[in-house]
Amino acid sequence: MAEAWQQFMAYGERYPHKLVDALLQHLQIVGITLMVSLALAVVLTLLLMDHRRAAELAVSVLGALYSVPSLAAFALLIPLLGIGMDTAIVVLVIYNQFLLVRNFLAGLDAVDPSTVEAAIAMGMTPLQVLLRVRVPLAFPVIMAGVHLAIISTIGIATIAAVINAGGIGVILFDGLRSHKIAKILWGTALSAGLAITANMLMTRIERLAEKRLHFS
Amino acid sequence: MMDVLTPVSPALEFHHVTKRFPDAGYNAVDDVSLSIDEGELVTLVGTSGSGKTTLLKMVNRLYEPTAGQIVLRGHDIMAADPVQLRRGIGYVIQQVGLFPHMTVAENIAVVPKLLKWDSARTGARIDELLQLVQLDSAEFARRYPAELSGGQQQRVGLARALAVDPALMLLDEPFGAIDAITRDGLQNELLRIHAAHRRTYLFVTHDIREAFKLGTRVLIMHGGRVQQFATPDEIAAAPANEFVVELLASAGTSVGPSGEASVETSGGMSAGTSVGTSTGDDVRG
Repeated sequence: MAEAWQQFMAYGERYPHKLVDALLQHLQIVGITLMVSLALAVVLTLLLMDHRRAAELAVSVLGALYSVPSLAAFALLIPLLGIGMDTAIVVLVIYNQFLLVRNFLAGLDAVDPSTVEAAIAMGMTPLQVLLRVRVPLAFPVIMAGVHLAIISTIGIATIAAVINAGGIGVILFDGLRSHKIAKILWGTALSAGLAITANMLMTRIERLAEKRLHFS
Repeated sequence: MMDVLTPVSPALEFHHVTKRFPDAGYNAVDDVSLSIDEGELVTLVGTSGSGKTTLLKMVNRLYEPTAGQIVLRGHDIMAADPVQLRRGIGYVIQQVGLFPHMTVAENIAVVPKLLKWDSARTGARIDELLQLVQLDSAEFARRYPAELSGGQQQRVGLARALAVDPALMLLDEPFGAIDAITRDGLQNELLRIHAAHRRTYLFVTHDIREAFKLGTRVLIMHGGRVQQFATPDEIAAAPANEFVVELLASAGTSVGPSGEASVETSGGMSAGTSVGTSTGDDVRG
């Protein structure tokens, strides 16, 4: 154990740039994935929000896709898209759709129908009803979906190293292949550390938002 | 808000209005024709499923009629842009429907904002309206709906609907979920506000006593059809049919001596009615 700790520290001192590069690359994958995921999820939500049956069907299809193990999903897409970061991002975006669209729709649906009726009857346009009433009231549930998607993306992006996407997973899988305990520990520490940090940040943002929106 | 009300009479007309919901085997509203004058406070009363709420919701186009025509101050409402139409009609519902993420002041300011009033005008109007519904502006303007009692919430709901001084107010059982004592106070305030501004009000209720207390005329509905549309005194003196007689009798015990004969029942009702009318007359001066 003490030996592993020494190796861990030694690796950190010798190759700090490798660790920083891996972390930055990981953040890049996560960042691009989230932006594309959010844009797509917003479009899907807008298309589905007034069509209950289509929405239920879409969410169950997205759920089925989400249940495909990530290694299998990466492997299945290699013949179509090749290896690399792009393929990884496509898979991550597809996974996120389940977490995001499901929560977006659930949040919008949970707004009290009489509140929505009042908004319509007061002369709000459909867009005003959405932006001024439904989205603010659904905000906690929407943010919960984003929160889940961030944590999930950070985790699954680690596995994307097997198809050459780069990121923290490279260090981890290198370590596994070459039995280098230092690399395994660094890979684990970075990916867990990133997930925990993101989790804390999102929890804080959610609390702030709830306070601002005055839900008790 | 200070514009002089040009007396367009009648304020609201229904011509053979029918509503059948998809997959329903009957008409929720069945061939209703009637005319309401400017400044009336018409109460719509009937059992659940009588079509009273459906009739109300067709006026601001939350529902669209299957057949017939609704004319608001000379204009066919189907020819209007529904969004613009609704901004000129106040709407109050039983569930209140206040926006929980907005303060009392922000709730009241919704329609003024939609109509792009400047903030000074909106602010002045909020104070004026809170005074009108007897809520202290300093104490309540910055509160959220969750921090109000049911009665206070409905006062805010009323103030919000009155914000831009609409020519027509639609009220769908606004006091239905409020305890009896608070309800009585709110009814009196509604009469006072109506008397002061003389806008046209349509007020749906299932409570016959409330209908008789508030209505300048009472519209009794059953099975989607109008059973009787007359002043409370006229209805009490001459119920149009068996259904009206039964409806009066159902309220008779709590209004006056209930009798089996329809004559005694209507006597009981007019006693109850006169109380309501005189309350209204007092404030109307």
